[in-house]
Amino acid sequence: MLDAAEWGIVALSLKVGGVAMAVTLPIAFALAWLLARVRFPGKVVVDAAIHLPLVVPPVVTGWLLLLAFGPNGPIGAWLQDWFGVTVLFRWTGAAIAAGVMALPLMVRAMRISIEAVDRRLENAARTLGAGPWRVFWTLTLPLSVPGVLAGAVLGFARSIGEFGATITFVSNVPGETQTLPLAIYSALQQPGADALVWRLSCVSVGLSLIALIASELLTRRAGRGLRVL
Amino acid sequence: MSFEIDIEKRLGDAHVALTLDAGDGATVLFGPSGIGKSSVLNMIAGLFRPDRGRIAVDGETLFGNGIDVPPERRRAGYVFQDARLFPHMRVRANLLYGAGREHDAFEEQIGFLGIGHLLDRWPRTLSGGEAQRVAIGRALLSHPRFLLLDEPLSSLDRARREEVLVAIEHVRDVLKLPILMVTHDPAEAERIGTRVVRM
Repeated sequence: MLDAAEWGIVALSLKVGGVAMAVTLPIAFALAWLLARVRFPGKVVVDAAIHLPLVVPPVVTGWLLLLAFGPNGPIGAWLQDWFGVTVLFRWTGAAIAAGVMALPLMVRAMRISIEAVDRRLENAARTLGAGPWRVFWTLTLPLSVPGVLAGAVLGFARSIGEFGATITFVSNVPGETQTLPLAIYSALQQPGADALVWRLSCVSVGLSLIALIASELLTRRAGRGLRVL
Repeated sequence: MSFEIDIEKRLGDAHVALTLDAGDGATVLFGPSGIGKSSVLNMIAGLFRPDRGRIAVDGETLFGNGIDVPPERRRAGYVFQDARLFPHMRVRANLLYGAGREHDAFEEQIGFLGIGHLLDRWPRTLSGGEAQRVAIGRALLSHPRFLLLDEPLSSLDRARREEVLVAIEHVRDVLKLPILMVTHDPAEAERIGTRVVRM
């Protein structure tokens, strides 16, 4: 079984993945809604930009985050001046990297579930006296919830597996930014750490499998919930 | 109560136009499928925007002269061809969706629909006739000024049609709510219509 330090790695991974998912969730939902429901000029560019982390080499994404959040970067300088904090070499930075990498997957899943909400039901609600906000809260959101959760769980799975952007952006600091994949990578560099690699890899595969099964079950639920009489 | 409707809209290759002045009772828009009857109801409900024209109910302009009242403020009780019940809400929540706070006596108000035993059911467990009666109840409880019925019987078998026809007659004769109904069935048109308008 795992020792205390290894449980610490698992706990850190879950914390980074959980925070990344929680912070990215509303952003991903807003973007998914925008792409599913609003026509605006430049939509195709916004759509492509959101999907960039899926296709750009993760090391490039990590480097761009470093530029943005570094001491001289626009966001990094702002965080330092206003709050006196930096995300470099911190678990918060790892969560940012994980969230950015998970964003496209989450937006895709959520967009599909929002597009699947029957607009005719929303029209019926309007004729019953519901304004656009009430329609959103009582129909659009609840009817897309299973798909939204499926996207969130998928994003969480992606987050705890994040490697390239994380190691480039916040390095590989044990106890701070060393999540499961980074710890496995470090163990691979040490001679005689095969057993550790095995143990951490098994945990990693197990967590991903659980998340994917949960996501799949939620997606099926979404299909059932949207069946309209 | 009166409807004053004079609208035009181009939908693809089709041109939908209707001029109508109608008073109390049930006005039936009658004509073959695909002629734009449902589009007319959508325009009256505010879900479609006419290219030009005017829609007024009881002298109040809902559309025209720079006015375009949003659907949620038109108070049109709209019963669609497919009941469009909200699948994630039980029958009771569906019925009360548009009812606002005053719904203490809602079961009495819609007692004539015979759906009191369905209140705790999910929409997917209802028969077509039950669903359509719930849809009528939901529209009636939203405090409508008039009722729009879009082929409300077309998806039902003969026995279920009779249930719904009786309910519509009750709305027309007892509740005395003005009705604008679309159908392509001459027997329905004759039975429900105080007046029949051919499109």
